[in-house]
Parts: sequence; C-alpha cells; structure tokens
Amino acid sequence: MSIENQTAPTTPAGRTNDGAPANLTHGAGASVTMPARGPEPQPRGAIIRGNHPIDQQEAARRFMAAPQHLAMHDQRLWDLRKKRDGQKEIIEEWEDLRQLASDIKTHTLTHLDTYLEQFEKNAIANGVKVHWAKDAAEHNSIVAEILRSKNAKSLIKSKSMLTEECGFREAMAHEGVTVVETDLGERIQQLDNENPSHVVVPAVHKLRTDVAEVFAKTLGSDPNNSDVSYLTEQQREHTRPLILKADAGMTGCNFAVAETGSVVVCTNEGNADLSANTTGLHIVSMGIEKIIPNLNSLAVFVRMLSRSALGSPITQYTSHFRGPRRGAEMHIVIVDNGRTDRLGLEKFWTSLKCIRCGACMNTCPVFRRSGGLSYGATYAGPIGLIIDPTFNRHKYSTLPFSSTMNGSCTNVCPVKINIHEQIADWRQVLAENHEIPAFKKSMMKAAGALLASPKLYRASLPMADSALRHLPRFVLYNKLNTWTRGREMPHVPKETFHQWYKRTRGVDGKKK
Amino acid sequence: MRVGLFVPCYVDAFHPEVGQATLELLERFGCEVEYPFDQTCCGQPMTNTGCHKESKATEELFVRNFKDYDYIVAPSGSCVNHIRNNFDAVAQTDDVKHVREHTYELVEFLHDVLKVDGFPWAEFPHKVALHNNCNALRGLNIASMTELREKTFSKPRDLLGMVKGLELVDITRPDECCGFGGTFSVFEEATSARMGQDKARDQAKSGAEYVTSSDSSCMMHQEGCAKRLGLPTKYIHISQILNGERV
Repeated sequence: MSIENQTAPTTPAGRTNDGAPANLTHGAGASVTMPARGPEPQPRGAIIRGNHPIDQQEAARRFMAAPQHLAMHDQRLWDLRKKRDGQKEIIEEWEDLRQLASDIKTHTLTHLDTYLEQFEKNAIANGVKVHWAKDAAEHNSIVAEILRSKNAKSLIKSKSMLTEECGFREAMAHEGVTVVETDLGERIQQLDNENPSHVVVPAVHKLRTDVAEVFAKTLGSDPNNSDVSYLTEQQREHTRPLILKADAGMTGCNFAVAETGSVVVCTNEGNADLSANTTGLHIVSMGIEKIIPNLNSLAVFVRMLSRSALGSPITQYTSHFRGPRRGAEMHIVIVDNGRTDRLGLEKFWTSLKCIRCGACMNTCPVFRRSGGLSYGATYAGPIGLIIDPTFNRHKYSTLPFSSTMNGSCTNVCPVKINIHEQIADWRQVLAENHEIPAFKKSMMKAAGALLASPKLYRASLPMADSALRHLPRFVLYNKLNTWTRGREMPHVPKETFHQWYKRTRGVDGKKK
Repeated sequence: MRVGLFVPCYVDAFHPEVGQATLELLERFGCEVEYPFDQTCCGQPMTNTGCHKESKATEELFVRNFKDYDYIVAPSGSCVNHIRNNFDAVAQTDDVKHVREHTYELVEFLHDVLKVDGFPWAEFPHKVALHNNCNALRGLNIASMTELREKTFSKPRDLLGMVKGLELVDITRPDECCGFGGTFSVFEEATSARMGQDKARDQAKSGAEYVTSSDSSCMMHQEGCAKRLGLPTKYIHISQILNGERV
C-alpha cells in the first residue's frame, strides 16, 4: 500500500465510487495535535426539509465555521487536484485521451440500445442472470427478491453511487436484510448514518477525531484514540467476521463491457473482490450509462480514472467479473432511474458521460469549502449541480447557483463534460420554470429594465453618492445586502468615469 | 482604427481611474477612441442568474451603442466573455455578430490586435502578483490553464514583462477562483467571502506588494477581503501599470 502525503492532516477515507478508486490514507502520518479542549465537532450536512429547496449556503456556512474541518478538507482535496495535475503532465497524449474518452461515451450513448442488448446477450451467455429496473424502487425490489429466493439475510457490498441513488440500505433494512459496507470510507459513513460526501472519498469531510467518535459509539473502540492505524484495525476486526459469514455480496460497476458481457470494478482496497467472491451470490448494481463497447475502450478509461480521481496511475485493483464462479450465482441489475429521460435533454445529456472520478469536486473551490454534504443530494459538487435537478427540479433548484462558474471543473473532467456551461444552462431552465426565488426574479427584472435605459440608469447613480452607491447596486440594494459580512465596501470615488469623461472631454469626446 | 470604449458598470462607479487609464493607453497607441454615452452594462448579471429574457433589452442597447466601431475594448475579461461567448438573449443579427466578434478585453487587444512591443513610459518597481479572472482565463484564454496539458503562455505576463522594474511573484494556487462570481458574491455571500479571504492570504503570503489583474470586479472583491483581514496588499488594474501610473 502506498502512503500518501504525510504533511496534510488526512482522514481515513475509503475508496471507490461504484468501485472507483479509493484513497489510501490508512496508516498515513496524520498526527495533527488536537487542541486540549477536545476535538472540534463535525459540522453536519444540509438540513433536509421534505421537498423544500436545499439551502446549501446555510450548511456551507456551518462547515466554514469549523476551521479544522475546513482547512483539512480544502487542503486534502487540493492535494488530490495537484497530484492529478502531476499525472497529466506525465501522459503526453493526455488531452487526446480526454477527447477519445469523450468520443467513446458519445458513441456509446448514441447507440445505447444496441450496446445494452449486446451486453445482455453476452452476459447471459456467460451464465449471468440479467435484470432490468426502470427506477430505484424496482432495483430494490429485484434485489430483495433475489435475496429472498436464496434466503439471504445479510449482504456485504462495495461502494456504489447508484445504490445511494436508490436509497438501497434503507430499503434493505425494511426487508430485514443486514447490509455491511466493505469500503472503509463508506463503512464509516454507514456507521455514522451519513451519506457519502464525495463519490471517491466518501468520508473525506471527517477528521480522524470524528471517526474515533463514530467507532467509539458503534464499535466500542477507545474514544480518545484517533490513531489512524488503530482505528482502521478496530474496524477491520469488527467487520471481517461479518464479511466472512455474509449470505450474499454486491458490487457496483465502473464499466460494463458490451463485447465481453463483463463488469469491471476499480477499487484500491480490494473490497469489490471480497464482496463478490466471499459468498455464493454476487449481485451487480449497474446504471445503463456504464456501458462501453469493448476492452480497447476500457483501456482508455482505466488510464484516466484513477489519475483524474486521486492522481495515482491506476487503482490497486481493476477487477473483471465475467460470470459466476463454479457453484455460485451472478446477477446484474441494469438500472435506468431517470437516465433515459436525461438522455433526452438536449443541453444536459452529456452529463451521462460521467465516470464518477470526482475530479470536478476536488478542483471546485466551493465544494472544498462547503463539504459534500452541504448539497443535500446524492451527487455533490459540480457534477451534482447538473445531475441532481434531473431527479427533483424543485428540491435541487438552488444547487446550480452554488457555483462561481469558474470553469475549472470542465477543464479537469476526463470525459470533457462542459460542466460549468451546463450549470449556466440549468440556471436558465430553472429561472424560466419559476424555480428561482421570487425576489431574485423580480430583482433581475428591475435590473434588466434599469440597465436597458441609459436615462434611468444614469438617474439611479447620482443619488447613490453615499456608501449606498454599490454596483452591482441593483443587486445589493435590497434586504440581502450581504457584501459587508466578510468584506469591506469598495472606496467610492468623487465622480464616475462617465462624469469625468463628460467634464474633461465633453459630450463630443474632444479633449478640453 | 475606431475603437469604442466600453466601461463596465462597476468600473464606471468604483474605479473610474481604470477607465481613464484604458482610454489613455489606447490613445498612446494611436487608436481613435470614443466613449458612447448611452452605454450601461453588457447584460451579464441577469444572464448569470439564469434570467436571459431580462437581459435582452440591455444586450440590444449594447449593440446599438457599439455596432459602428471597428473594435470594442473593455478593461474586463468577465464582460467581454459574456459578450463573446454568452450574448444570446438577443437575436443574432449581423450587427450582433459584428459586435461579438470584435469585442476585446484590453490585454488581448494590446497583445493580439495591436501587438504592442513596449511601454516605454511605464515603470513599476514593485513585487506584483497576477490574478487572472476565471472568465478571462478559461473563457477568453488569455493564458494557459493549470488543469490542461498545454504549452505555457500568458498574455498579461508578456505585457507586464515589458514594464521596467516590475517583478512578478507566484502565489500557490494561481488559477483558483477568488469567489467573486458576479451575483454569487451576494447570493452566496459566505462561500464567496471565504474564497476571497483565502485568495487574499495566498497573495499576501507571496510577498507581493501589489496584485494586478485585467478585471476590476475580482479585485474589488479581493481588496475588500484583504482589508477585512488587515492585510497590506494593494490592488491595481493592469491598465494603470501599463499606462505608466506611478504609485
């Protein structure tokens, strides 16, 4: 196992999204001395109030009010971005690879039916049982039925964002099935009853002291011992027996190869193999967009995934699951859950190219300062802003505004999704569908009217000779005058450029 | 060469000296510069908030003001990026196309159109950190981007390199957004201010006496953050340095 940078305070965060690469911080020298008055409490995520729009800013404010969490989170993810930059410099054809990866996804998504059928045919020929689920509920009931048919009461699984989408663990609890996450970071989150905050490093928002607290409560470990090796060992000792006596196993799917009918899962902990091979039953949860044509195209994505995610050349494990082991069963549940609808959205369908590397989150300055749970949705950060509204346009209507649209996410995306442009496009869709607050809309109407009329606009300026002469004044001149909370007001000069020009050069523009 | 000078609203109101320096600088290079009196804004605040319809009339006004110039120059990458890349609330007539294709941010205009080779009047014996506005960087491509594997270049650095005595210093996260983000700065105030404060700390740590940029909007935000933190860094628009302003 490699040991990551020893300088930044690290946290045991696990790996893989749908099996994507994990970080390998276990045992890393994360010995930051904690202040004597005890560890800083972990800021929690967005407050969910039914279908009400998520208040990301409120949760972000609480995250930023926890200096140790903020500093660790920002630096940790920035380090990943830097390592990714380093990897990109090593690969001479990096930009060509991005284009190729993007083109392969375009091709596959525009021939989705063909490739899915080819995949199904080959998987069945390999001895796999293939199921189709149109949504989360169908996915959960198919899995429940498979488990019932085998009288399976416990399930070990590797990390999968699709199962998060489906509310899978909760659904299994209703079925009386005990689920054990085998990815370390995801296991921490499960024990803490929290969603993953990041698609690759799900517990990256937690300090080691947070983990010590969770393990003390749930595993009975020493609450005052936040040594990373100790914590990892405690978890391992507790979880291994559960894994060994489990009735069934589940994995996600990073790539589904049509020509071979095989499922590829990338992890750093090897826990997908553990989940797939420990029991006699392996269930794969797979989104329809995971399909790629062949092993040649797989090679392109494997070169990019871990480099983009963690700045490592490749994940420790790239596991190909082609069929059931002798005497065992393998099932693949192919899930739509809104993807076909998304494919029909002219401006947003390319979001289906996403391979869940999390590079956009690592580079996003808003994400790094807010924590993934502030978004209150399955997918956080830039990619979340453009995917979440497809699940619930009202509840996630605020998310596309949690961005400065600086464009760094688009630049790091290994499949070249124009993320920041789609964020802008979502804002337009939401504004036109009355999904932005009324005050914002009326403010913009007023601004539009003012700025379209030179007379009105100029007339609005002279009366603003005081500290109230803010521009964008039309934005600030309201109950939400928030500028000065964290900043000083700009100095207000004696005259505007317009006045200066008129005074010194006259209306004809000739120097006086 | 007839150049229409566009002075963005916040420059007009808060940094008239930037408009003045831009005007004088262009005149030094022999441009025939006019400032159309009826100008207001480019429409970006509304479009950025998703309200394209609300920016239509403003965009139309912009085109009426500037359609007759050979070039339109503004000391703001953010506004120019809006005009060049997002100016779509208005019908795409020939006038609109002309305006969109001929609007330049000051640095790229000096670098690419005028191809200037010196600023003999300029001297700035100070340590300076450069801030590239995200729209100027990733929208107008005034410099290479750290995320991409590409040949390193920087138009503003090229220009600043011609200024006597000026020493450029590096900050640790050169391409990191400062958090201004237009209406983001007020609607998402806490994150915006935090990002700005982090940026101001990074700049101060680099030993820079001055920060310069081709965008006043980012710097207005950064300066506000630096002041709040009690940092001594000073902020000056690139047009002022290139125009030979002594401080």
